[in-house]
Amino acid sequence: MAILEKHAILEKNITLLAIFSFLVVTVGGLVQIVPLFYLDNTIEDVEGMRPYTPLELAGREIYLRDGCYVCHSQMIRPMRDEVERYGHYSLAAESKYDHPFQWGSKRTGPDLARVGGRYSDEWHVDHLRDPQSVVPESVMPKYAYLETTLLDGEHIGDLLWTHAFVGVPYSEEMVASAEADFKAQADPDSDFDGLLERYGDGVNVRNFDGQPGVSEADALIAYLQMLGTLVDFSTFTPDESR
Amino acid sequence: MSDNKKDDDLDYETTGHEWDGIQEYNKPLPRWWLWTFYATIVWGVLYTIAYPAWPLVNSATAGILGYSTRAEVAEEIARVDEANAAINTRLASVELTEIAADPELQAYARNAGAAVYLSWCTQCHGSGAAGSSQEGWAAGYPNLLDDDWLWGGTIEDIHLTIRHGIRNENDPDARYSEMPAFGRDELLSEEEVAQVVNYVMSLSGEPQDASLVEAGAEVYDINCSACHGEDHQGDVFQGAPNLADAIWLYGGDYDDIYETVYHSRYGVMPSWQDRLSEAEIRAVASYVHGLGGGQATE
Repeated sequence: MAILEKHAILEKNITLLAIFSFLVVTVGGLVQIVPLFYLDNTIEDVEGMRPYTPLELAGREIYLRDGCYVCHSQMIRPMRDEVERYGHYSLAAESKYDHPFQWGSKRTGPDLARVGGRYSDEWHVDHLRDPQSVVPESVMPKYAYLETTLLDGEHIGDLLWTHAFVGVPYSEEMVASAEADFKAQADPDSDFDGLLERYGDGVNVRNFDGQPGVSEADALIAYLQMLGTLVDFSTFTPDESR
Repeated sequence: MSDNKKDDDLDYETTGHEWDGIQEYNKPLPRWWLWTFYATIVWGVLYTIAYPAWPLVNSATAGILGYSTRAEVAEEIARVDEANAAINTRLASVELTEIAADPELQAYARNAGAAVYLSWCTQCHGSGAAGSSQEGWAAGYPNLLDDDWLWGGTIEDIHLTIRHGIRNENDPDARYSEMPAFGRDELLSEEEVAQVVNYVMSLSGEPQDASLVEAGAEVYDINCSACHGEDHQGDVFQGAPNLADAIWLYGGDYDDIYETVYHSRYGVMPSWQDRLSEAEIRAVASYVHGLGGGQATE
């Protein structure tokens, strides 16, 4: 039992104890986290994922700021009841441009991973303004200030740059034209060809809140209407073994 | 108060540690606890062999049971689909008008349709399907309980509306109509708008200003009757609402109707053909048709 007696050295030396505790925890971290960076099947390759447009990204910031994640998850779990209610279960690749991801673990409200296209823009405006005016059972607070708070998009290029810095594939061109793209997406009368060229034809270009100017509601609704719509599940079949 | 004496009488072994004269009894963990602890370790190891767990070079171990969450959910969905396959195929293939003629099919369609309705339709039309006709409800969500239909109330019409939606951009077959914004686009002067609003109000109740009704009738005949009809009954082929009844989707006050004529209104309904199966669409069409306002196919 000589080796066990050596343990007494650790027990009596607080600095050594701290160092060895750290090493033990490190092993746990390495085993759990490191494989995620090299295993092929962590994030499968799916078609359709693109970086969020500047307006959608701004909407995502509002989503974070107002704490939407406190009540809404963005992950449809692979269970029949969830798939029947919300649509195809979520794939890791669908949140690969999220920093941080919005999976969440609390559902006071419904999951929003595939809310895009499920309701009209008008519904979102009505619902954000006064949720109980369309869903009387709802306990969601009112977010009426979103449609009256205008955004100028002055710093949206910086936001894109920051996301590019942590690995989102925004090109220099995307960052440079961020402010123009930001405004174009909320104005169907604008010249939005550049926006579609950079982010794909599937981008929704609409006056989301139906009011002049780019409001926070425009940004948030643009984000919500995109959620879960990027991957086309009619052509993509996930590998069942993953 | 504890009685120290009692402990002093016992002759326990100590661990041999001593701090400032304080010694520690060597009292081992209960055996049952210790063996349970060892058993959980063994269980843990077996578990990682049975199920996917250990990360290797390119992938993780698959586990000898071959379990996968995705396969499980696919299997479960397939099991339910298979159980309903016969009746769903029948529902998706018969003529829409024949669903009502087959009691078994109709009972299935209405029950399945009610479930689809609760998942996908209540957020706009309300769980009771009364839409904007309810007190406090936001304007623009049609009541599905009455027989006042914008786009037609036969089972075929309802089916088409659910399948493709209204004025959405995702479905090229979405039903579409666009009333001009008579005021904003300067097709009518503000005076003419006021006249026609009073005329429209007079059709189903009291106008705000009776002196303008006569002039409004003329404005109506020239600008509105092509879609809403000379008899004001509307036209379901164009989604033009009936103006002669007292049912208002966006409110029947002077200000509401003025806003409608001035800026126009474009309600949007999503297309459901990509989210729901044909059987589900038919089921919910059957359910909505059966809520009270469904019209017979001519």
